This record gives sequence, C-alpha cells and structure tokens, in this order.
Amino acid sequence: MIEQAGSLSSRPKTLIDKIWDAHVIVDREDGQSLLWVDRHLLHEGSFHAFDQLAKRQARLHRPDLTFGIADHYVPTRNRDALAPEIKRMVDQLADNCASHDVTLFGLDDPRQGIVHVAIPEQGLTLPGNIMVCGDSHTSTHGAFGAYAFGIGASEVAHVMMTQTIWQKRPKAMRVTVEGTLPNGTSAKDIALHLIAAIGADGAQGHAIEYAGSTISALTMEGRLTLCNLSIEAGARLGLIAPDDITFAFLRDRPFAPKGPAFEAAMHAWRSLRSDARAVFDREITIDASTLAPTLTWGTTPEQALPITANTPDPATISDAARARAVSDALDYMGLAPNQRLDSITIDRVFIGSCTNSRIEDLRAAASILSGQRAKVPGLVSPGSTAVKQQAEAEGLDRIFTDAGLEWVDAGCSMCVGMNGDLVPAGERCASTTNRNFKGRQGPGSRTHLMSPAMVAAAAITGHLTDVRRFVQGSNK
Amino acid sequence: MTPLIVLEAGACPLPLDNVDTDQLIPARFMKRPRSDGYGQFLLHDLRQDATNPACALDQDRFKDCQIMIAGRNFGCGSSREAAVYALADFGFRCVIASSFGDIFASNAVKNGILPALVSPEHIKILLAHQSVTRGEPIRIDLADQHIRIGNHSIGFSIDPVWKTQLLNGWDDIDMTVSYASDIARFNQSDARARPWARPDRSTAQ
Ligand code: SF4
Repeated sequence: MIEQAGSLSSRPKTLIDKIWDAHVIVDREDGQSLLWVDRHLLHEGSFHAFDQLAKRQARLHRPDLTFGIADHYVPTRNRDALAPEIKRMVDQLADNCASHDVTLFGLDDPRQGIVHVAIPEQGLTLPGNIMVCGDSHTSTHGAFGAYAFGIGASEVAHVMMTQTIWQKRPKAMRVTVEGTLPNGTSAKDIALHLIAAIGADGAQGHAIEYAGSTISALTMEGRLTLCNLSIEAGARLGLIAPDDITFAFLRDRPFAPKGPAFEAAMHAWRSLRSDARAVFDREITIDASTLAPTLTWGTTPEQALPITANTPDPATISDAARARAVSDALDYMGLAPNQRLDSITIDRVFIGSCTNSRIEDLRAAASILSGQRAKVPGLVSPGSTAVKQQAEAEGLDRIFTDAGLEWVDAGCSMCVGMNGDLVPAGERCASTTNRNFKGRQGPGSRTHLMSPAMVAAAAITGHLTDVRRFVQGSNK
Repeated sequence: MTPLIVLEAGACPLPLDNVDTDQLIPARFMKRPRSDGYGQFLLHDLRQDATNPACALDQDRFKDCQIMIAGRNFGCGSSREAAVYALADFGFRCVIASSFGDIFASNAVKNGILPALVSPEHIKILLAHQSVTRGEPIRIDLADQHIRIGNHSIGFSIDPVWKTQLLNGWDDIDMTVSYASDIARFNQSDARARPWARPDRSTAQ
C-alpha cells in the first residue's frame, strides 16, 4: 500500500487505534476518552439499566441506534405458554423498548435469536462500528472488524442517556495464526488452545486483533466463534480486519447500507486494517497445523487440553495454590487425576449458544451425526430463528431428531439455564458453549466445552471422543 | 455514590483464583429488582459446600467485614453487575485481588467498591496474616494507596480515574452531561464522515 504524503510522519496505527481515533469525542487528562457508540444492544437483563433511567427520570437518547432482543430468558419450547416469571422478564423488555421507541426483536419476531447471532444477521454489525451491550460476549461482533465490548448495567444506563462511554485505550495484542487447520479442528480449537496457553486472565487489559492466513481463511461463522471467546482469555474484545468474506456477508442484509452507499462503505472499510509497521504491546503466534481437537476438563476455560491428553495430576504440580485449584476442579467435575480424557462418559450434550449455534456449526455437527444414533439425550438450539429455518430447509433438523436429539427454538437456552433448560446436578454435559464455570448450566452441572463436531462425536459414543475418528480422510 | 477515603474493617479471606461472576451470583437469582437486596445471594452455591472457603462469609468473626481478599482473576466471566450488587448489599466496600476481570472492576467502581490490585505474593501475606484470620480490622487508605495490617504496609494499584471517582463519590453520568455540546458536535461531523455507520432503515422495519 502506498502511503499518502501527509501521513508519512504519522505513527503507524493498529486497527484498534483506527477505530478508537474515529470515535473520540474528548480526551481527558487522566487518560480516559469519551467515545461515541454506534450501536447499543439490549436484552432482558437490561431492566436494571432501565430502572436507573427511570430513577433519574431520563429518556433514552438515541433509540435509532439502540436495538432490543429477547434471548436470555426465552423458552425454547411451547412459546405460547410462558411460565409467569419468564413472561415477566420478556414483557418487561418489550414494555421498556416500547416506551423508549426502541426497535425490538421480540419473542414472535422472525428476526429473534441470541443477540450475538441475530444482530449480525440483520446487518447491524458493521466494520468500524463501536458496539456495546450489557453482555460480556459482545466481543463476538469483532468478527466484522467492529470494536465491540460488554459493559455493566451502570454503563448501559450511561449509554442509554448519552450514546457515549468513557474508556481507557486498551493495550493491543496480536494473535497471528498461520497454516491450515487439521481435519476435525475449527475456530473453537484455536480459541481453547489460546486460552489454555495464556490463561483466563492472559489478555486482561488488552484488545486482541486476530491475524494470519488461518484467520483469513475462516468463514464469518468461524470468526464469530473466535472473537466470541476472546473474553474467556480476559480480553476486553477481539477483532479481525474486514475483508471480502466480511463484505460478501454484509451485502443485502436488512440494516446494512445498500447500493452505492454499500460501495462507498466498502471503500471506507478497506482501510480498516493495521498498518504494516504498527506496533502491538504483545504478539502471540500459533501454528494451526499443530492443533488437535481441544476441550475443557475443569471449571475454567483455561483448563483445556487436546482430546489425546489425560487429566492433570495435582501431585505433580509444585505450586501449592495451583495444585489446589486443579484438585478442586477435578473434584467438582467428578474426575480422577491422570484419567484419559477420551474415557470420560457423558450424560447429555448441548449444541447452541452465541459461540457455536450458527448454520455452519449445525452443519458440522450434522455431518458427524448423519445416519447415527446418539447414546445420550441432548438439545440442539439454533442461534436464531433464521438459522433454525435455514437448518430445516437443509434437513439438518431431521438428522438431529433421527439421532435422538431434541430440536428446539432459538435462545441462550442451556448455555446459562436462565430459561429453565438445565443440566441436572451431577450430570456431565458435552457442550458447544463458552463457560464451564461451576453451576453454569445449572446448580451442580458439569460442563465440558468443545466444538460442535466434538459434541456430535461424544453424543454418538457416549463418552468424550476424538472426532478425527469420524472425519479421517474426509478432507473437509 | 458514597465517597471512599479510608476504610477500616474486617477482611474476609477467599483464597480462590478465577472466582467468576456466575459464582458471585448464580444466574437464577437475577430476575429480581435491586430493591429486594442481593446480599443473601453472594457466593450462594459455593456456600452450600461446607468445605468451600466461601463459607467464611457465614462465620461470626467475618459478619461485619467490608473487605474481601481473593486470588487471581476475580470477577471474570459474565458482565452481570448483579455480582457487584451482591457484594455491595452484603456490605463489601473493597476487594483485594492479584487481578480482576475488566468489566467486573469497572462495575465495582460504579457502585463505590474499590478493586485494589496487589501482587500474588502480597495476597499470600495478607491471607496468612493473623489479623485477617481473626477477623480484626485492617485499614485501607485510598489516597496513598496502602493497606495497613499489623506492622505491614502494602501498596496497591488502582486506575487513577477510578481512584478520583471513588474518593469523591463521583458519577460518570454527571461528568458526561458537562460535555453535551462536544457530543452534539461530534455527532454532526461523524454523520458526514461516516454516513454508512448508521443503520439503514429504508427496507428494514
Ligand atoms: S448464549 Fe450464553 S454466553 Fe451467549 S449471550 Fe446467551 S447466555 Fe451469554
């Protein structure tokens, strides 16, 4: 790229810098900047912020840039007969959005789904946007080259009232992934590998830019999965420079620019990439060709290992606190030290969540499950009503139900269990979700995180399984 | 928000790493309005297991503590501010840890809770100190950023902006309102510079 004469003296910028600089309203001496927010997304949990607004008798400032969506509490079956406390959560969101003129993708809207799945489908996530939502996995939207991050309820109220947010410029980390992903691995395996390598707080205070040939080759679905999991490495957000794959996804989406406006936007978006000599505070490289299907064995996403490994043995860990943490996690998970991961039997499976519930995820799971029977019960919840329709048009729902799994409506579902889809206490679930915290899928539940293909393989055998057994030589 | 300048109170030990916000308050308790009080749900499920260090919260000598001492990556995970509501409603004004989840730390400050960052070695010293184990008060001075305990004086870090906000009990929204004209000006020039950044509602409803 040829540099413009005037910019020769200026410092090379990262993609993170470029988006940041375009949104600064004021820089304060103390290092905080007031940033413009392009998109603000609300869900049922936003009632705390609406309550704060009511307390101040304030109005929501920019309803045109705010969108509501019902996902966390929505039932995945029998939507006509809602339990009273669920109905209260869903109605509360609808009432709040209506009284503040906010567009809502509610329970009966064909555009409904998990916020981080359905909002990109609507073309509301654009390169170069700053986006916020009262949900930590807002980092997902970084897949489009958006600067997207989760905030708490007080900040949600602040954005509602001002369409701005105070932030300190994060440090920049680049994760470069090169090479071809081996059979049976996907974006999920890159992410779990990264989190295990740097720790669940490894990227704290940083924004991550993912780069390299492996990333460029990922589909939008894969990029969304990877950026989604950035928060599990402690990062504020993760993003990927937009390219032709991004633009092809966005063209003709309902809320995206159309016609000549789209061409003009695309022209602007092409400059959204880190300059060649941009300096990052931290650089990490991963050789994709060395990755194996990876899964978690413990109670934090950093407790992840390749399926070929054994559980760790606290007796061999010299640091007392770490040894304690490992034995505590093994205890909670009902596992022994040095146990082969692929010998661990499971009680159920879950395919869904904002990490892995897009059409490509369902195709990956279905390709393994096709013509097979699951040994354990399980739930498949597509990420959005649109994904559900697409999957049904492709016949994927039949593959799941023929295998004995339940095919239900779109929502957060068993990722967090707020709607009542729970893993019973003591049961072990192979799950495509993003958090294996104690009790995340229900009190006493045990969660193993892995890719959709790995969950499908586990469903067929009834134990954690190396999916490469099912894909050897398929070259897909 | 109540200013926090000096805090003298008991400190409850929670010698655990990666205490995520799902542990601080399980999701099933978050449907309630804040006015109901969230304190009873703090670390709810961990406290069901008698062997878990979180049970210290239920011991008499920590009944009135306002400080928590935890390990690494405290408050990671979900952005739920309810985790901070649970701490605040239980009576906590400060959490000492060797690292914090970013969103949690920001939520804490917005509710007048100090996230004090110390080294892992200092966490060990604090957790083992008899003043802590006996539930005796320790002193936190925000102005000079020190924890005073027995003969020890341990420095902690805090973002300078958060420090000012906590010391003064300031609220972001009040501060932002004073920039209203800058925001309006930015909005106008940005609409010209990045017309594509607004949602196109011409075909969508
Ligand atoms: S699917 Fe799970 S992680 Fe994603 S937004 Fe819903 S609850 Fe949060």
